[in-house]
Amino acid sequence: MTSTTQTNYGDTIFRNLTRAFAFLILLLIVFMVYEMYRTSASSIEKFGWSFLTRSVWDPVQEEYGALPFIYGTLVSSAVALVIAVPLSVGVAIFLSELAPAWLERPVSFFVELLAGIPSIVYGVWGFFVMVPWMRTTVEPLLSDHLGFIPLFRGAPYGVGMLSAGVILSIMILPIIASISRDVLKAVPRVQKEAALALGGTRWEATRIGLSYARSGIMGATILGLGRVLGETMAVTMVIGNRPAISASLFDPAYTMASVLANEFTEATTDMYLSALVEIALVLFVITIIVNSFARLLVWSVTRKNQAGRV
Amino acid sequence: MFRYRKIKSTALYALCVASVLLALIPLLLIFYRTLSFGFTALNLDFFTQLPKPVGESGGGLANAIVGTMILVGIGCCLSLPVGILSGIYLSEYGQNVFGTSVRFLTDVLSGVPSIVTGVVAYTLVVIPMKHFSAYAGGVALAILMIPTITRTTEEMMKTVPHSYREAALALGISEWKTTLRIILRTSLGGVVTGVMLAIARAAGETAPLLFTALNNRFWHTTLDQPIASLTVFIYNYGVSPFDDWIAQAWAGALVLMLMILLLSIAVRFATRKRYHEH
Amino acid sequence: MQKEISTISVQPTVAAVPVELASKREKISAHQVCAFFGQNQALKNISLSIPEHSVVAIIGPSGCGKSTFLRSVNRMHEMIPESRITGTLTLDGEDIYQMDAVQVRRRIGMVFQKPNPFPTMSIADNVSAGLRMNGMRDRRRIEEIVERSLRQAALWNEVKDSLFKGGMSLSGGQQQRLCIARALAVSPDVLLMDEPASALDPISTAKIEELMYELKKDYTIVIVTHNMQQAARVSDRTAFFYMGELIEYDGTKKIFTMPSKKQTEEYITGRFG
Ligand SMILES: Nc1ncnc2c1ncn2[C@@H]1O[C@H](COP(=O)(O)OP(=O)(O)OP(=O)(O)O)[C@@H](O)[C@H]1O
Ligand SMILES: [Mg+2]
Repeated sequence: MTSTTQTNYGDTIFRNLTRAFAFLILLLIVFMVYEMYRTSASSIEKFGWSFLTRSVWDPVQEEYGALPFIYGTLVSSAVALVIAVPLSVGVAIFLSELAPAWLERPVSFFVELLAGIPSIVYGVWGFFVMVPWMRTTVEPLLSDHLGFIPLFRGAPYGVGMLSAGVILSIMILPIIASISRDVLKAVPRVQKEAALALGGTRWEATRIGLSYARSGIMGATILGLGRVLGETMAVTMVIGNRPAISASLFDPAYTMASVLANEFTEATTDMYLSALVEIALVLFVITIIVNSFARLLVWSVTRKNQAGRV
Repeated sequence: MFRYRKIKSTALYALCVASVLLALIPLLLIFYRTLSFGFTALNLDFFTQLPKPVGESGGGLANAIVGTMILVGIGCCLSLPVGILSGIYLSEYGQNVFGTSVRFLTDVLSGVPSIVTGVVAYTLVVIPMKHFSAYAGGVALAILMIPTITRTTEEMMKTVPHSYREAALALGISEWKTTLRIILRTSLGGVVTGVMLAIARAAGETAPLLFTALNNRFWHTTLDQPIASLTVFIYNYGVSPFDDWIAQAWAGALVLMLMILLLSIAVRFATRKRYHEH
Repeated sequence: MQKEISTISVQPTVAAVPVELASKREKISAHQVCAFFGQNQALKNISLSIPEHSVVAIIGPSGCGKSTFLRSVNRMHEMIPESRITGTLTLDGEDIYQMDAVQVRRRIGMVFQKPNPFPTMSIADNVSAGLRMNGMRDRRRIEEIVERSLRQAALWNEVKDSLFKGGMSLSGGQQQRLCIARALAVSPDVLLMDEPASALDPISTAKIEELMYELKKDYTIVIVTHNMQQAARVSDRTAFFYMGELIEYDGTKKIFTMPSKKQTEEYITGRFG
């Protein structure tokens, strides 16, 4: 005899049904890539790899190159991370080390809430409140004091790379901070206590915690990067939408996501549409690479530390 | 020497507190601005009237509010079966290579920019149909909603203690009925949370609708034509040169935020009530 | 059968073991049963016979395979990944592992160590879960069975006014009796109980022991227990397991008064590592 597991018909059907739907997700991603590849075929064929390195964008002459958009996406994301990461780590340290326990629930609720604010709301606020303020206050101030750096030179437009970076940093700060807090909390207590027992100051103990949490915070940062790379509405409303590569952060720029938002409905010719879809494909590939990397990092960290899921 | 280290410690903690303040200020400002600008422009007409043409003041965004609901509804119809069933697969049978890869891809999918899902929905629905439609918008939103629903379903079902499954199986209830009527049922509160989060996120999306659902200044009559949505209206009005429209954009932003706030509170409520039925 | 049990009267069972055990029909038989968790063998050649309408107690130190044996009988063992089982188990002469697992479990009910009522269901729904999910629609009939099962589990009087409250609102002892009622509602022939009283206070324990005495009129009961007095009080026969092996299996009175194996004696007298 033994273990002739007679499976029920219903069980077999149900298992295969759910498996089919799980397979659908796999299929969906493959299909998304295929669809975009198919639609952008004529652009890929015509421009080849030079699409990524050319900086012309001329729908009239049907000449397309994605470099200004790639540049805009990367630089605005970098600005966002430069602003958001140190602040997030500060917030995370505050929440995990200094804040009283009762603050925990309201803070996590607040973070949840912020993560839920639609990007269009950030965009409207940035457009009407932040951009004027950047133009009249922040950018003149920066060029007065730091004007010797090319980044902060030029006319204060208000809309531009810097504004995009700032609004993006506001948007991702809660996410990076809350994941970093989780990671910091998961650092084994003994590590910190050992530092204190050896006569270290509290900060030195925190530093030890930070060194343990480093790869987790890294993962959080890359996750945040994954989000800002594809952020559309808020950026579109404050970046100025000009396909130019300029050393100054004050100058208007353009990102891959915003060019899609602005020009997709205007794409009257097949080649124009094809070029835009190719930009979407490039954006898709970049975010997939970034996200996979972040996931792998966070997974390996949580598996090692048993830190809660991220 | 130790004194110096002590001072350094305090100073660095002070920096942390400063970064909290620095992080909070813009967020509070956003809340404050949206509330103050939004409320002044908000009135009953906003919820009941159609948009007025340029030059005429008044009017509302009733069609956009309904449009957002319809788009999210279509998104739900498409994403709920996929999300919940694949979530069930991952939690019940997903301890294998296939499960791990689906899990990973789901996480990756959740990081895909929303504008890209719009592009896919465009090539998938708009190009064959040759016009913008509510369906296209719904497809774009569904792609965005699936990962959230899948992963919360999985996580929530995994939190159900094994003893309930054993109890059910020992009663002679078949495995699939146990999965659906005991495990899924027990974790329903959490699954609903995930669905609500997905809905909240989808309702706030603009980018994937710009060139799928497009916009519509009138009531839509069928789902295969362009449809208005709150977010696209906020965008179009926000960047317009007319004060009236800009005011309505703020009002729209406020309504959107309140909707999402209400959803989050409802979610809290739903999860708290989970074990106290009857 | 429908008699209410309301007073607590622990039966002095040791003295009252029915002697005509051998004459009873065999309900379950195990022949050379081995059970594995991956490489780890938890049961080694277990052979024993369980007569109808009797209570069989399984005792033994922790980790000796008592639960594994119970779970082999109602085919819950196979739900664990990488588990394996060999040998023969029969129910009324029929090979359990040739039957449909769901059918087996309907005929062999199980009560677990920790009470586990379904948290989203009311008391009544908990009891009727097995029936409803196997397709019974007749509300009247369901209500009847719910009442009958709750009475059998000696819980009816305590919950009859709150049938629609959550199952989790009961005390631990009540929850365990609810689980017994839930198992009885699907009308099994056999009831497997894995340390059903170990999480309960003495009064609830006494109630459950008393219950077993009533239930064996209609059911065959196999109970795992760490409590020697309990085994002595409730069971007709006792099996002593040690390190996955069946050391001794005999009438309870004999096991507790003059065991034939030294290990058994050491264990029941508490002189055991
Ligand atoms: N899920 C499992 N996976 C692997 N090994 C297991 C599992 N469950 C039990 N075992 C092993 O099988 C052996 C028997 O376990 P079992 O649970 O049957 O013991 P038990 O007699 O019921 O103990 P207790 O009195 O503590 O409940 C033990 O050695 C245990 O390590
Ligand atoms: Mg056990």
